[in-house]
Amino acid sequence: MNHQNVQPSKNQIKTRVIQNVIFRSLFFVAITIALVFLALLIYRILNQGIGYVTIDFLKNFPAPYIDKAGIFAGIMGSLSMMAITAPVAVVVGVSTALYLEEYAAQNKFTRFIQVNVQNLAGVPSIVFGLLGLTFFVYLFNFGYTLIAGALTMSLLVLPVIVVAAQEAIRSVPKELREASIGMGATKWQTIWRIVLPASVPGILTGSILALSRAIGETAPLIIVGAATAIYTIPDSFLSKYTVMPIQIYSWTSRPQAEWQNVAAAGIIVLLVILLVMNAIAVWIRNKFQNRY
Amino acid sequence: MVNAQEKQAYTVQDKRQYSVQDMINKNKNKKSITNFTEKAVPVFLLLCAIISVLTTIGILFTLLRESITFFSKVSLSDFYFGTDWSPWTEKFGVAPLIAGTLLITFIAICVALPIGIASAIFLSEYASQRTRKIIKPILEILAGIPTVVYGFFALTFVSPLLGSFITEMKIFNALSAGIVVGIMIIPMIASLSEDAMNAVPNSLREGALGLGATRLEVAIKVIIPAALSGIIASVVLALSRAIGETMIVTIAAGATPNLTLDPTQSVQTLTAFIVQGATGDTSYHSTIYYSIYAVGITLFAFTLIMNILAQYISRKFREDY
Repeated sequence: MNHQNVQPSKNQIKTRVIQNVIFRSLFFVAITIALVFLALLIYRILNQGIGYVTIDFLKNFPAPYIDKAGIFAGIMGSLSMMAITAPVAVVVGVSTALYLEEYAAQNKFTRFIQVNVQNLAGVPSIVFGLLGLTFFVYLFNFGYTLIAGALTMSLLVLPVIVVAAQEAIRSVPKELREASIGMGATKWQTIWRIVLPASVPGILTGSILALSRAIGETAPLIIVGAATAIYTIPDSFLSKYTVMPIQIYSWTSRPQAEWQNVAAAGIIVLLVILLVMNAIAVWIRNKFQNRY
Repeated sequence: MVNAQEKQAYTVQDKRQYSVQDMINKNKNKKSITNFTEKAVPVFLLLCAIISVLTTIGILFTLLRESITFFSKVSLSDFYFGTDWSPWTEKFGVAPLIAGTLLITFIAICVALPIGIASAIFLSEYASQRTRKIIKPILEILAGIPTVVYGFFALTFVSPLLGSFITEMKIFNALSAGIVVGIMIIPMIASLSEDAMNAVPNSLREGALGLGATRLEVAIKVIIPAALSGIIASVVLALSRAIGETMIVTIAAGATPNLTLDPTQSVQTLTAFIVQGATGDTSYHSTIYYSIYAVGITLFAFTLIMNILAQYISRKFREDY
């Protein structure tokens, strides 16, 4: 090989390596932008709202005056809603997943249900709001009540829970099932005592994440009539109610700038609750991961 | 005495007989309960599975029924080809709402596509295991933030910030809402694309590196073509999310139906109108009430097509190794 041929190829390698380095930093910058946005968002909200998060704010009802407004009705409304949504969505969701994974025959009907669940997960949340408005508010005549909102929410998170539960159930090794059946257990005994306990961590993690989605969801509840000015805690299925995101939305849309600080305070409370839920989910996932 | 012993033995025997019979009976009961559960449980599970199907049917039924009533009052062509949307004066031309939705979606994808895919390449091809383990969960936090919070951020931070650069920027404008919708869908594109890139077998990567390719060449000439179906599917899904996004645009883009492509103006999207129509003084059987559903079915059609397209792409063009 003579000297003249080596020289240009050395240059070529140099440009390729430099290109690689340049793009590497470009890619890094891109991901940093995303992270900076997150940091900025959290910093802004903390900065604006932290001074307004007081004990009074946590235990006051909505009020027309900034120093008297509070998020108590929102917190209690969100909790009451979850008290209905969580059992309904988890029972129906896990049952659907069990049916699809353990019982369903490999036929067109099963495939149809599967595709249907996937498509439901992609339907915009506001369309679920319209569904709830027609069925729960008007047809079932619940009106703008807690149960109408909670059932709408259950349907909204259902597909997410189904998919998470299916994955958890699928990850239980076949040997466990075969061993149980071999010992003379029936199919349901195997599922109830072997498969479900083994997949509980996955199901719990998925469900908590799905429900934390539901707690932050606003649009469908606006449609099914969550109110903004509520001065009581919901005490029955047919109570009027409000939830945290609705309160935040109503404060955000006031024209006076000071209300935005109150909104920021509400957001802090909401984010803290979401953070706790997510932390629990991550903790469960890490604690019970890779048992098999 | 003997009598008593006999009596005792007899009682014991009697007891034994009784207990065996009891056991058999009990077992019979148990068996029938077990049998019953074995038969009842699948039926119950099937009923639950059918709820998800009923939900879909319910959505279609709701949207169709109310839309049909709407289209008996307003003609299809007036709705889809009309360019004036002011429902309170009985003008139902949906074009401004569709234009608003597309404008926001376009801005969002301009933000999210480069950042999302670049992040995915960085995570999958450049980052060490440790970096990936730290960054990925942080990106997931971005995905878990409620949209009302993003809306607040768009209105109180992004919009004033942009306004200080561009003087003709309205407080409620398409640009700030679009940018923030873009930020919202970044994690979706990044994490789904990264999954697709990770699924490309290492042998391909190592083969290319062994032939002397740089990491960049591996990423662009080997990994991206191999993972293309997954990447495109993630983008289409993100588009569908952006189209259906409600709170950010309701809070930050305003409520002015505007047939414009100027991002500094206030626009109204399909979703934002549904919120406005449902919260305003709309009575149950007014035309505006029905118009919510006509807009809803348009929105539903958009997102459904996107979702089916994404599934089709990822199935049809998947490279199997």
